[in-house]
Formats: sequence, C-alpha cells, structure tokens
Amino acid sequence: MQVALFITCVNDTLFPGTGKAVVSLLRRLGCDVDFPAAQTCCGQMHVNTGYREEGVRLARHFTEVFAGYDAVVAPSGSCAAMVREQYPKLAKPGSRGAAAIAEVAPKVYELSEFLIDVLKVEDVGAYFPHRVTYHPTCHSLRGLHLGDRPTRLLRNVRGLELVPLPGSEECCGFGGTFAVKNPAVSAAMGADKTRNILDTGAEVLCAADNSCLMHIGGTLRRQKTGVRTMHLAEILASTEETQ
Amino acid sequence: MSATFLGMPGNFPENSAKAVQDSQLRFNLRKATHTIRGKRAGVVGELPDWQELRAAGKAIKDHTLRNLDRYLLQLEEAVTGAGGTVHWARDAAEANRIVTDLVKATGETEVVKVKSMATQEIELNQALAEHGITAYETDLAELIVQLGDDFPSHILVPAIHRNRSEIREIFLDRMPDAPRDLTDDPPALTEAARLHLRERFLRSKVAISGANFMVAETGTLVVLESEGNGRMCLSLPETLISVVGIEKLLPSWRDLEVFLQLLPRSSTGERMNPYTSMWTGSVEGQDFHLVLLDNGRTDVLADEVGRQALRCIRCSACLNVCPVYERAGGHAYGSVYPGPIGAILTPQLRGMSSELDASLPFASSLCGACYEVCPVAIDIPEVLVDLRAKAPHAAAERAGMKVAGWILNDHNRLARAQRAATRVRGFVPKRLPGPLSAWTDTRDVPEIPEESFRDWWERNERA
Amino acid sequence: MSARDEILARIGRAVAGAEDVEIPRGYRAGRQAEGLVELFAERVDDYRAIVHVLPASEVPAKIDESVAGRRMIVPDGFDRTGGWNDLGTADGVITSCAVAIAETGTIVLDHGPGQGTRAQTLVPDYHLCVVRADQIVAGVPEAVARLDPARPLTWISGPSATSDIELNRVEGVHGPRTLEVIIST
Repeated sequence: MQVALFITCVNDTLFPGTGKAVVSLLRRLGCDVDFPAAQTCCGQMHVNTGYREEGVRLARHFTEVFAGYDAVVAPSGSCAAMVREQYPKLAKPGSRGAAAIAEVAPKVYELSEFLIDVLKVEDVGAYFPHRVTYHPTCHSLRGLHLGDRPTRLLRNVRGLELVPLPGSEECCGFGGTFAVKNPAVSAAMGADKTRNILDTGAEVLCAADNSCLMHIGGTLRRQKTGVRTMHLAEILASTEETQ
Repeated sequence: MSATFLGMPGNFPENSAKAVQDSQLRFNLRKATHTIRGKRAGVVGELPDWQELRAAGKAIKDHTLRNLDRYLLQLEEAVTGAGGTVHWARDAAEANRIVTDLVKATGETEVVKVKSMATQEIELNQALAEHGITAYETDLAELIVQLGDDFPSHILVPAIHRNRSEIREIFLDRMPDAPRDLTDDPPALTEAARLHLRERFLRSKVAISGANFMVAETGTLVVLESEGNGRMCLSLPETLISVVGIEKLLPSWRDLEVFLQLLPRSSTGERMNPYTSMWTGSVEGQDFHLVLLDNGRTDVLADEVGRQALRCIRCSACLNVCPVYERAGGHAYGSVYPGPIGAILTPQLRGMSSELDASLPFASSLCGACYEVCPVAIDIPEVLVDLRAKAPHAAAERAGMKVAGWILNDHNRLARAQRAATRVRGFVPKRLPGPLSAWTDTRDVPEIPEESFRDWWERNERA
Repeated sequence: MSARDEILARIGRAVAGAEDVEIPRGYRAGRQAEGLVELFAERVDDYRAIVHVLPASEVPAKIDESVAGRRMIVPDGFDRTGGWNDLGTADGVITSCAVAIAETGTIVLDHGPGQGTRAQTLVPDYHLCVVRADQIVAGVPEAVARLDPARPLTWISGPSATSDIELNRVEGVHGPRTLEVIIST
C-alpha cells in the first residue's frame, strides 16, 4: 500500500526522530512510504490564533500537495484533526477549495487510526521493556475520537507495562499559542499534568502529539524529573534490535 | 450588589495570573468543579437517549432563532391574552428604566429577586439603587455575593469561589440576624439564610425574576431552582416582573420535554432540580410584567458562526469541565458570563473594544471539553477561533505571524529556515527573550536537531 | 420607531437568508413502562424524601399517623375533614398531585382541586403528597403531554435544597424541609 507521510512542521523541524520512526514502522508493516517534498504545514497555528488568511493559504497548499494519494498518515492527532475537522469550515460551500478539501481530508489519518482502521493491525511487533503512561491529547481524544486505539497498540508491545494516567482526559495546557498568550494558566495546567504523570511512577510519557509532549516534556525537564517523553510512533517502531 | 463588571480594567492573562497564585481559590474551585463534573457524568450516563435529546435541543433552539421574530410575536399575544403585560427593551438602559418605572408605580422601595443572569447583565440592582429602590437577592449564593460586596464567579453557583468558612465570616460580618455562635457547617449556614430571608419573603410586594424558558405557543414562563426562593418570589408578591433575554424562547409546549431533561442534568447534575415553576400570564390575581431584552442579542444573531452562542441555556456545564476556568476562576473573565461560554458570549454582546474583552477569545486552550458536554452542542472552540480572527492583534505578533506564514508557504524557504536554526543549535539560551520568555519561564525549550526530517529524507531516501 | 418594532426589524435582518432547521425527535417519548411505582418510589427516596407504597385502603390510616400532632392545611377538594386555616402558623400541608414522573422522582402540582394554592404548598415546612399509582408516568415527555399549560404548575423533586456551598447538597432551605409521599396502589 502506498502511503504519503505528512510529517507536520513541528515534527519536521524539531522531532525528526518521530518521522524516522513512522517510516520504519510503516515499512515493517509492508507499506510503501512516500514523502511529498513540497509539504510544509497544515496552518493550524495561524487559523487558531486568528490569522485566517495565512491559514487558508497553507490549507490550500496542503490540499495541492496531498491530492491524489490514497492515504496520508500524520504522526499528530492535532494536525490530522485540523485537516479533517477544521478545513471544511475554511472554504466557502460549493467552491473549488471546498471540493479539494472534501477530496483530501477523509484520506488523512492519524497514525494509530491508520494502523488499526486501515492496516487492521493491533500488534505491530514492537518491543519496549519500560513502564509507560499515555496522555490522550485533546485533539486526538475529542477531535478525532481516537478512543482506545493508541492504548490498544501499546498493550500489544512486548515488555511494555502500561500504567493509567490519573486525570488523563484533561488538557495539558499547551494549546498552541495559548501557552505563550496565557502562560500562567498554561503552566498551572502543565504542573497538574506533570504531578499526575509523576504519581504513576512511569519512566516514559507517551502521546500521539509532539507539540503537547514539547510542553509537558519541557516542564518535566525543567523540574529535572527524569521522566522521558516519547511519541507513540517511536515506541511502536522499537524492536529488540533497536533497544 | 454595589460591585460592577462593566469597564473592568485588566485583561484575561493578567487577571488569571493573579488568580492562579491564590491557593485557597484554586482549592475551592478544584473541589467544586470536580464534584459537579462527576455528578453530571453520572446522571447524563443514565439516559440512553442523551445524544438524541442533545440533537433535539440544538435543533429546537436553531429553529427558534431562525424564526425568532414570529415566535416573539406569538409569545406576546399569548402572555397578553393571559392577562400579562409585555414590554420590549433594546438595551440595558431601556430595560432598567422599564423595571424602575414599574416598581415606582407600586409605591414600593424594596424588591425581592430570584437569581437571574439577565438582570445581572444589565446591572439592574445598581439602576434600582439609583432610584432609591433596594433589591434583595434571595438565592443563597447570590446572597453570599451581595453581602460580601463581591462579584459572581459562576453562572449556577455565583459564590463557587467561597468556601464554608469564608461564607461564615461574611454572614457574621454582614447579616445582622445571624446567630453569634454560627458554625461553618453548611446546614447551619443554610438555616441562617432561611431565617434571614423568611420575613422578607412574606412581606415583599414586588418580585423580579428572569426565566429559563418562555413558550411562544402558550405564553408560559419557566423557572428552575433548588431552594424555594424562586417559588417564594414568583408566587407570594402582588407584582411580578420578569426580565428575559429574547433568545430564551421555545416554540411549543412540547419542547419543554427536551429541555427539562437537558438542563437539570447538565446544570446541577441532578435527575431533576427540586423546584420548577411554570406560569402563564397573571396567576392567582398577580400583576405580571414581562420585559423582553435584546441588549446585543440581535447583533449576535447576525453572526453566522457566533449566533450558536444564543442556544445557551445557562447550565454552566462548560465552566465545570473547563481546565482554564478551574484555574483562572470566574472573576478573571470580567463578566457575569465567565468560562468558555462567557469567552464567546461577552465579546459578542459587548464588542472587543476593551483590552479585557479582546483577550477573552484567547482564554482557551481549545481542548474541546466544553463542546463535548454542552447540552445544546454549541461548538465553543469554533466560535473562539472565529472571534480570534476578528479580535485586534498586536503589531509585533502580526508581523511575526506574517513572516511565519511566508516561510511555511514554501518548502524551500522552510528548509532554509530549518538549516539556519540547525546552525545556531548550540547557542539557544535556556531563557528566551521577549514574548517567548513566556515559554521558558516554566519549561525547557526542545533541542534543535542536527538535521530536519526533510533533510534526512533527502539525504537517505531521495537518491 | 418603538423598541418592539426595532428589535423585530433587527431580527429580520439578522436571520435573512438563513436556512431553517428540522427538529429530530429521536429521544424516548410515549412510553408505557412496567414497574413505575417501584422506580418512582426509589427515585423519590434518592432525594431524601420519605416514601410509602400502600394499598388505597390503608392510605387514610397512614395519613392519620403522619399528620398526628401537626396543624395541617387541607386544601379545598382534598378528601379529608378538618384542617388548619392559618398559613402563617400551619405546620404542614397535605395535597394530591396532577402527575408524577418515575424516572426523575418528580411530583407535579397544577394547583387544581385537592392541590392547594401555590402559597399553601410552599410556606408550611412539611408537605405530605398522596400520589395515585395511575398518575405515575415513565418520564418527562409523558408528563409534559398530560399537563395543562394554562394552569400554574409546580414541579417538586424532593425537599428544598441548595448546592451553593462547595456544591454539596443541603436539604431544607426556603421550601418545605420535609417532603413525604404516599403512593396509593
């Protein structure tokens, strides 16, 4: 199966390891992975901060780059939700843009959705002998309704001990530019999230969004807690050879 | 209340930054919101057809709003036919003038009030006070707020920011007939309020209320409450004046079957609130006046995205699940409508000319918890994002976002920017300057990698 | 231009061109369920009201027992002799009801014969309500369908209560602090 990887601008720039993990995981599962070089950003930051014009331009660019693929996989619940949930609200009904969005948006999958719903696999043959807790990021949970897909994948990872995260459904406080526009509340939310993470005794915090992990991880590192953050793709790509 | 929200200084980030420092407030809010969250989830989960009720509630409200003029006229006819008098008020000043004149006509200088968001919004108590009329709040939480010369901080539980010992202090300080040995036991505090208000209920000649619903078909008004202060005010005084926003309308009697399930379960987390009163026009010889209030609602109605905020039935479920409200508290929003619904309603009703009102659409991490619990499915994140596009932006931010947009719109520009970042990766300070210091005050910055994903792909895969 | 005309004109302009909406009514309504007496009794009890389920023949004796020593208001149309007339000094009120809702444990008064005025059912501290089993309906839609909007209606679910202090429910504020319900089967 041919798959286009939508890496997302945050992963591309700051977390290339996540992209490499997706490539190796999907290949292991028999996919032919393509990386359309012209891709950039879904436009979420601009739209959600009130810069609709710039956001619409980026959305148009996205639909052009990814037109024609059967499946587009993004290692980000937030960016996948942007394309699927918010893009249709950006274009005028009946316009060419609306048609382009209607064509591309349904083919965009968050990684765990693609694995479970399209490839129909729950055991991806991963090995990761660590105590892990999972934070279901807001756009994965309430935007895409990923449900237990990510944890079903994690439960099938050999050696992995999955521990529940108290208050897991509550936002970590990242929220894109919210983190810098309302730093006090964002930090207070982050502090409560990290306290819950520390209470689990997990070595690794896992999520399907590196942007949230950047916020939580930045707080965990500032507090010198020793808890690592890892994207779901990186755990699923791990095998005995890579350990 | 002598306190007033209008013209409050500050902005949400500053107000909330102060609030998060208040550990007592944080504790009170956390305890209260988590309690009610659990109760709501329990009673909503009991109903197998909750989503069907929610879909019906949303559609009934949308249909009403689409035909609001027709239904208001139908309501007016029904209320008038049942012996009531209907008044129309374009704005707060007009509504306050109507109510003041009605009270003056009775010759009374004291009125009792049932908790009402609309009369708080128009600051009716202050307007009455200017004409020598004293309004006594009778809802326990409103009484706590009024006696404490305080602001309400929650739609349903205006004194949610106060705990039992603070309430005891307020009662001992400001309630002359409070027993001197009053404890902070909630039943004891409640009993003190009961005795304090009893005589006032029995002798008051004029009451002022709002309404949760008005039925166009029958002219019926509906008030949901818990304590019985509503029943006291609605049924004992000789004159009843109800001030109600024009969007509180339902087309038909039957529609109540939906909303009397949605509201109590979403609001207090009960299968049903203790008391609901319904009346049509003049009942048992009472003189009844209905004041229909616009006060910015028709402006909201004109906005295709924002008008869904008028579906709101003021249940406050969105406040109770909001992680931002839980930490910032209600006062930070500078409005009688705090929390997520306030963040979309206040800027639409008041405009975004003040610094405070312009900051409200950004008072959310867009986590979506509010939308999920809303019994009439108001997509609050969608409206927030829409309002953000209409809000004024600082010049520096605008410039930065333009540059970012320019770079991100072309992969070659993006690749060059990534390589530039890679070259300085060893020199990123632990504390960033300017607005980005808001990030590094509490969090480390992520390390810039040796190469971007696209450069890695180009090097390894493209060949 | 009057405020009325101006508001109506503003509405007309605001919604011009907007599409109307169909109302889906896929929720439960018109139910004829079994076990309503038991469910109603359980749900009333959840509000910390006092509940009895008795055959009709035993109800008068139960009423005698419950009101013993209380100055009770007996409204016009309630089948019982005697009663106290002064609202200010009454200890309680005894009424029938118009309809009762099993799912929510609610009784609804329409203040018709046997149900008293709004004040009579509010001011005394104790309310004894006799509900006939055939007055109990499954849920809110079934109740709304049976009620007459032209009448004043009071829906009662348990004794008066408040959650205004730390969101904990405290029974007994301004309305009757004790609610007792006799279900006559």
